[in-house]
Amino acid sequence: MELTIQGVDVTLSGRRVLNDVSATLRPGRVTAILGPNGAGKSTLIKAAAALIAPTQGVIRLGDRSVTALDPRERARTIGYLPQDASVHWNVAAAEIVALGRAPHRNPFAGPSQHDRDAVTTAMAATETTHLAGRPVNQLSGGERARVLLARVLAGEPDWLLADEPLASLDPAHQLDILDRLQQVARGGAGVAIVLHDLLHAGRVADDVLLLKNGRVLASGEAGVVLTPENLRAAFEIEVSVERDGQGRLLCVPIGRSA
Amino acid sequence: MTRKLALLVGLVTLAFGLSLIAGKAWVPPSAWFSPDPRFAIIVELRLPRAILGLAIGAVLGLSGAVLQGYLRNPLADPAVVGVSSSAALGAVAAIVLGIAANPLILFACAMGAAAGSMALLAALTWRSPNPVQFILAGTVLASLAGALTAFLISVAPNPYAVAEVIDWLMGALTDRSLDDVRTALPFMGLGTILLFLTGPSLNALTLGEEAARSLGVRLGRLQALVVLGTGLTIGASVAVTGVVGFVGLVVPHLLRPFFGHRPSALLLPSALGGAALVLTADSLCRLAPGAGEVRLGVAMALIGAPFFLTLLLKGRAAWS
Repeated sequence: MELTIQGVDVTLSGRRVLNDVSATLRPGRVTAILGPNGAGKSTLIKAAAALIAPTQGVIRLGDRSVTALDPRERARTIGYLPQDASVHWNVAAAEIVALGRAPHRNPFAGPSQHDRDAVTTAMAATETTHLAGRPVNQLSGGERARVLLARVLAGEPDWLLADEPLASLDPAHQLDILDRLQQVARGGAGVAIVLHDLLHAGRVADDVLLLKNGRVLASGEAGVVLTPENLRAAFEIEVSVERDGQGRLLCVPIGRSA
Repeated sequence: MTRKLALLVGLVTLAFGLSLIAGKAWVPPSAWFSPDPRFAIIVELRLPRAILGLAIGAVLGLSGAVLQGYLRNPLADPAVVGVSSSAALGAVAAIVLGIAANPLILFACAMGAAAGSMALLAALTWRSPNPVQFILAGTVLASLAGALTAFLISVAPNPYAVAEVIDWLMGALTDRSLDDVRTALPFMGLGTILLFLTGPSLNALTLGEEAARSLGVRLGRLQALVVLGTGLTIGASVAVTGVVGFVGLVVPHLLRPFFGHRPSALLLPSALGGAALVLTADSLCRLAPGAGEVRLGVAMALIGAPFFLTLLLKGRAAWS
């Protein structure tokens, strides 16, 4: 199902954070949401997850508005990984991942075999299986980030919306997670991620939504959107855009625009 | 887990038995079955007291665990919602106005005040049901109720009313009848069910409000359950025994090392632990030397505060 953003305005405490944003995010593809600080990336992804209601416009999943969906049904369809990686109680990593099954389970019954399998698969995919019994407080920032990603994957959502999932990861795990997100998309789910690193965006994104000051600067296939001109307009930097040996985009920032 | 729970159930049973036996007059279990004049002590005095101790301890422990989970703060307890202070205000008003001779009227006044404060709390936090708002509103309500209580004491018509108020505020299980049990238990039972329903949502809140909402948790509904559940259980418990502190704060803390930090896994143990603690403390109150009895609320604070302090100093690492 497509995630269609139609003329969305969001005003937060009097400030207009999103201004007439329209875009269509397609399943089976990774969409990178890019833009300078304060462009409205996180707000857009929260609105898509129905955590913020647009003041104008609508975000549809298929033909239904995301804000009109029953919360549990929505939770089964849309997985949201917040930027804030805090975990408030010192529970074991496996218990965190199991929370991802919450929208699928009868809250007062035990987990089904499928629930358990989904948790196992998600932990294997994020290389967190060995952390299962470890209390969250004993995990490094990167380990915790992977456990939290596993939590979202365990819910097997049709749409995965992740707000800067790579922020606290080392380069090896950044690449692992990007590949993992790409696999999720190849499996048919929709993936939209807020990214800051242009190299990552070029590597992983099929589509790009470029935001600035709450407006869409450009959107569409990565090869079309990630041009030196667009990136200069968005970030005020000079970027060299090339293709690597496998045909992937290599966006390398060179310096600030004059 | 099941073994630890069974152990807690055993502790509660022991404490309940002790509560029936212990006192200025010891009544051995043999007296319960043979015709014995002391049997009346059991049925008329000790049994209602033990049942109330069990129920009050259970709801104090449970609501403490729920509020700590909801506010994601290990220092939360029922007092922060302002329900105890409000229920106390209602009861004090009844005493000062001289209409408290009928225990039902006192109970109704306390529950009415608790309901009023819940409605205010709900109104204050309705538009943005989040814990910070909740704790602020609750604290304000608690101080307001405290101030009004102090005001009522200062305008009390005579020193006897003041003595009665202070006596009542300290919290005690003395001289409770089966009528009190019958009045309070339905409220506590209903509130307990509501509080137990919060478990799965509290677990999801471990990940923060936005992640919890994205997992399908309705924060407004959760808050309604917390407010109603706390109001019914704590309102009724204050209405029959006065203010008993520390149980809701200490019990979940004590049990976390044994049952883990997952909020839902702490609910039943906290109810059992609270019951065991209050029953034991109440038995000790009766055994204290001297003509009178130590007040339960006072005893809880006297035992609880230093105990809690030691735990904090010794085991800080274990909880954070």
